[in-house]
This record gives sequence, structure tokens and C-alpha cells, in this order.
Amino acid sequence: MEHTLNALALTQTPLAAGGDGEFHTPSISEFFPDAVLFEGTVFELNRIRIALVLVTLVIAALFAIAMRNPQRVPRGGQNVAETAIDFVRNSIALETLGRVKGTRYLPYLVTLFFFVLGANILAIVPGVNIAASSTIGLPFLLAMITWAIYHVDGVREHGLFGYIKVQTVVPGVPKALAPVVILLEALQALIIRPFSLMLRLLANMMAGHILLVLFFSGASYLLLHGGGLLPVAGAGSAVMGLAFTGFELFVAALQAYIFTLLTAMYINMAISHEH
Amino acid sequence: MTTTTTPLAAEAPEGIGILLPAPADLFWGAVCFVILFGVLWKLVLPKAQKALADRTDAIEGGIERAEAMQAEAQSVLAEYKEQLAEARHEAARLRQEAQEQGAALIAEMRAEGQRQREEIIAAGHAQIEADRKQASLTLRQDVGRLATDLAGRLVGESLEDHARQSRVIDRFLDALEDRAEEGAAR
Repeated sequence: MEHTLNALALTQTPLAAGGDGEFHTPSISEFFPDAVLFEGTVFELNRIRIALVLVTLVIAALFAIAMRNPQRVPRGGQNVAETAIDFVRNSIALETLGRVKGTRYLPYLVTLFFFVLGANILAIVPGVNIAASSTIGLPFLLAMITWAIYHVDGVREHGLFGYIKVQTVVPGVPKALAPVVILLEALQALIIRPFSLMLRLLANMMAGHILLVLFFSGASYLLLHGGGLLPVAGAGSAVMGLAFTGFELFVAALQAYIFTLLTAMYINMAISHEH
Repeated sequence: MTTTTTPLAAEAPEGIGILLPAPADLFWGAVCFVILFGVLWKLVLPKAQKALADRTDAIEGGIERAEAMQAEAQSVLAEYKEQLAEARHEAARLRQEAQEQGAALIAEMRAEGQRQREEIIAAGHAQIEADRKQASLTLRQDVGRLATDLAGRLVGESLEDHARQSRVIDRFLDALEDRAEEGAAR
């Protein structure tokens, strides 16, 4: 029982690695698998990075094949691809940014949505079982791209001082409070927005992975090594693991949607003229 | 609760270290992002955009065509209805005209019949009158001759005197006519 309790303390590392009869608690090292190629260089490839490259190529190929010869009446793959693009176009880009700006930022938003979705889906792809977005690298990279885009385009749209005013000055604030509000708004635009964007995605995918590992490793341990009624609990754990696999799929799509939607909103805040 | 820590992978970061991006993650993430962005931006989205515009065109064109056809159908229908009304009107007019013509024909024929009847009657009357006159003349001559002959035989004297003979006849005839008028009045 001590081992199962141990499993709840997620930062605890396992007593022993891989030995039969020992419970292998999920640990932070889950997210840092051994290098496969180019160890120690910036090109270092591990299981997660290889999976990310593959899923990227698969998504790009699926889209390219589906849209290689678009017909006026879409069928099969073209239908699916167009529906997917239309989802980002209509419910994220046009909804948030309007027709003109929404169309201008559509390539980035579509890429962002499907890239994050692909990276997240890896969490439940058999053989990979871990999202590429559950290590800080990818969420950080994408949050920084979004951050750079809205600052650069905001300055381009309003000029430097105009942009600073747009991002920091909230109309209708009492004079006494203005400095505090300006400071808070500046902090938001500079740090809080990209940081929350990054952390939300990271934490969601990390937690999802830990939950899945916990349920399945618990099921495996209790079924194979548990005495008495413990295998029953193991079966329950397996069922929960399956349920959470479905939930993880939902979370993967939801987080991709949220990341893309917030990006569109941040861009809109930066380049919009109405206040 | 055990606190023993034996990390599986040597490079696994601890504590705040998990919030520091690994250079390799950034590199491969950027590579993948660029690949996907390039394919979607340059290849997929323009085609999707074109397909969408094409479809919008086709649908709007279809709607326009349908509208034009409907307008045409409506104008044809209106024309047809107008023609139908015209034809009905014409038919009614023709019927009216035929009726009028028929009535006129009948009236004409009736007038003609009347006229012929009257002509026939008039001719009959004239004939009768002529016959009567002829008969009257003949009768007058015969009766005069017979009467004078008879009177001559009776009185034994020949009524050779023409004037006297005429007078006697006229008196006799006038008496006859008076008697006839009395008979007619009665």
C-alpha cells in the first residue's frame, strides 16, 4: 500500500526502475526520455522529438494530399480538410479578428491550431504516449511566436507610442489609479499573456500524461502483483485509464482551440483601433 | 513515504528546471513549425481559398441563373395570361358580333319576307282589281247589250239611238251598284 500512496506524490521518484514486483511511479523523468541521436547537441533527438517531427509530416502530408486537386464539390479528404480549416477560419479567425484581419492571420492561426493539436494528440498515440507539448520547449516556442507577432504588428499598426498607449491605457480609470493600471496592463501584455498561454498548455498535457501513466501502471502492478482483492482495484484502474484516454483526446483538442483562440484575441487587442 | 531520488535519465531537470526550454526542443519545434506553416501557408490555404471562392462563384452564379430563369418564366406566364385574356376577349367579341350579325340577318330576312308578302299581296290586289275592272267592263258591255236586246224585244222598238242606249245602261248599273253597296253596308 505504501507504494500506491507513493504514486500520489507525483514529484517522488520511484524506488527502483523497471524491476518486476516493484511499483514504478510516474516521475518527472517521464518527460525527458533518453537521447536517440545527436546526444548533447542542439539537434538531439529523443522519442518525443521524433514523434513530433513525424506527426508534423503526417499533418502536412494529409493536408497537402487532401487539397492537391480541390474540386468545386468537395469529397472525401478534401471535405475533411476544408471542414477543419473552416473551423479555424470561422470560429477563431473571423469570429475574433473580423473578415480582413482574420484572413490575414489565418495561415498562422491554422498552423498553430493543427500543430498544437498534433503535438497534444501524441499523448494518446500508442507507442508514443506522451504529448510533445508536455515539455516546456514547444509551449514556450509557440507562446513566444504569438508574443512577437502581436507586439510587432501592434507597433506596425499604431507606431511605438501609439501601441504602448493602446496596450496600457484603459479609458475611464480614475486618475489616482492610472499608474497602477498602466503598470498592470504593461505586465499583462509583456509577461502574463505569453506565460499563461505557455503554462496552460504545458500543465494540461503534463497532468494528462501523469494521470494516464498512473492509471495504467497502477492497473498493471495491481493485476500482476496485487494480492487478495487488489486485482479488482487494478481492473478499475484500467477502466479509469481508458476513460481518461478519451478525456485526454478532448483535452488535446480543447487546449489547441484555447491556445489558438487566445492568440487571435491577443493579436486583436494589439492591432485593434477601437477601445 | 520515501524520499529517495533516483532519476531515470541523467539530464532530467529538477524544480524550476522543468520551466527552462531545452535547446533541442526549441530547435525541433521550430523546424516542425516552419514545415507545417510553409505547407499550410503556401500550398494548402491558397488552394482552399480558391476552392472556396470558386464555390461561392458557382453558388452565386447558380442563384443568379435561377433568378433570371424565374423572372423569365414569370414574364412568359404574364405574357401567356395576357394572350389568353386577349383571346377570350376576342372570342367574346366574335360571339357578340356573330349574334348581332345573326340577329341582323334574321331581321333582314324577316323584313324581306314581309316585303315579299306585301308585294305578293299587292300584286294579288292589283290582279284582283284588274280582273274586277275587266269583269266589270265586260259585264257592263254584255249586260248593256243583253238588256237593250231584251228591252228592244219587249218594247218592240229598237233602241237604235246610241245615247239613249248608254243612258239606260248607266241608270241600270247605278241602280245595281247602289243595291250592292246597300248589301255591303248591311
